[in-house]
Amino acid sequence: MDKNKGTITVKRGFAEMLKGGVIMDVVTPDQAVIAEKSGACAVMALERVPADIRADGGVARMSDPGMIKEIIQSVTIPVMAKCRIGHFVEAQVLQSLGVDYVDESEVLTPADEEHHVDKHQFTVPFVCGCRNLGEALRRVGEGAAMIRTKGEAGTGDVVEAVRHARSVLGEIRRLRDMPSEELMSYSKEIRAPYDLVVSVHETGCLPVVNFAAGGLATPADAALMMQIGVDGVFVGSGIFKSGDPASRAKAIVEATTHYNNPEIVAKVSEGLGEPMVGRQVKDIPVAELMADRGW
Amino acid sequence: MEAGVLALQGGFREHVTILRRLGANCREVKLPNDFDGLDCLVVPGGESTTIGKLAVEYGLIEPIVDFAGQNRPVWGTCAGAIFLSKLRGFNQPVLRLIDIEIKRNAFGRQVDSFEAEVMTTLPRTSGTWSSSGGGDTGVFPGVFIRAPRVVEAGPSVDVLGRLSTGEIVAARQKNLLVTVFHPELTDDHRFHEYFLGMMPD
Repeated sequence: MDKNKGTITVKRGFAEMLKGGVIMDVVTPDQAVIAEKSGACAVMALERVPADIRADGGVARMSDPGMIKEIIQSVTIPVMAKCRIGHFVEAQVLQSLGVDYVDESEVLTPADEEHHVDKHQFTVPFVCGCRNLGEALRRVGEGAAMIRTKGEAGTGDVVEAVRHARSVLGEIRRLRDMPSEELMSYSKEIRAPYDLVVSVHETGCLPVVNFAAGGLATPADAALMMQIGVDGVFVGSGIFKSGDPASRAKAIVEATTHYNNPEIVAKVSEGLGEPMVGRQVKDIPVAELMADRGW
Repeated sequence: MEAGVLALQGGFREHVTILRRLGANCREVKLPNDFDGLDCLVVPGGESTTIGKLAVEYGLIEPIVDFAGQNRPVWGTCAGAIFLSKLRGFNQPVLRLIDIEIKRNAFGRQVDSFEAEVMTTLPRTSGTWSSSGGGDTGVFPGVFIRAPRVVEAGPSVDVLGRLSTGEIVAARQKNLLVTVFHPELTDDHRFHEYFLGMMPD
């Protein structure tokens, strides 16, 4: 039988199946099990959550393959893992471990300031961060099968995720209504592949699934991002840096499903204990901002 | 015709779009009272553990079982197929409505997800399905994503699709339909047409 693996359809299709779900950062098998029991649609396996990476400083790299393997063995839901921007060997390693999605992530220290990974060369699908439509379409052009906002990871401040989601979705709306003769100029302006600009103009949406990430910490944050128009959410430090991770994880899952139902969002938000200690993005020195990594 | 798609998590939007394109009214089903006036229900692909937990938490198990018990068509794709079947080797909420035993992620992880032709008894060309078209073997574009595997099907289950290796990938038992692949990710709407044609007269 002819089985075609690693096609665009199975890469993008897998992301379609994650929609309406919550992808949670976990650093141990125990946390992965808590995430799965709470209803996470996938986990992101990493050694340190972004809040700790931010606090520790230094160079942040791909996690220990042994630790990623342990997490893969501890749950039945999909497991994602992060490689550094442009570090295609870390991506090769993650693919060989059998991770289900690679996040080429600005949360880790970039390995290449000019070039992202050529994601078409891989069987495993990739998700990449973006701040605007041009960046989203550049990543899709390189083969990303899923897009997420960059937000500002490890802060518990949702403001950047909101900014990036509004930017992408607003630019899509403008592009959709643009006369066709303006598309080439627009493609030059936002530095995006022309064929993808045409595709978004014609369909009125991105060719791949678009999640929110970076700074989400509460059920209401997740519902806010869903109402703004993303397809699902990543929650990094927000769960396991809070007072009661299991309850918070479950509440964020339920708020993401019932994002249009304020009574349910209110009910699940009750008595969750302390949220992660936040840090306002505007207080962070520019040199420490993660969202500015990559282009 | 009032079709519903269980919209707790996963690929529900594609089903809604296709069913509407085929002329059905279609709504998202998230809570028990969303079943009022519904004629048929799709349980979409997604993460089966997530869908199962949310279905339990929000009181949807009984409404779905009752709905299927009233002989109304219910179709599960991928995770939805797991939800309607008897699950082997995993402890998570499933409905055991159709006489099929199924195993999760049995073709491997995402790097093993694949596209392959499904040999189907559905008519060859897309068009309005009628029962007279049955038996005409055609080919359907199968998209298998971390797909489950049918390990056993009872005698009252009709096979509607197989891989060329013989494995069952689409089946029906009375008003229940399962596909372990994703017709909603293709432009071929024959399974959706077939499903809408399953309505009792």
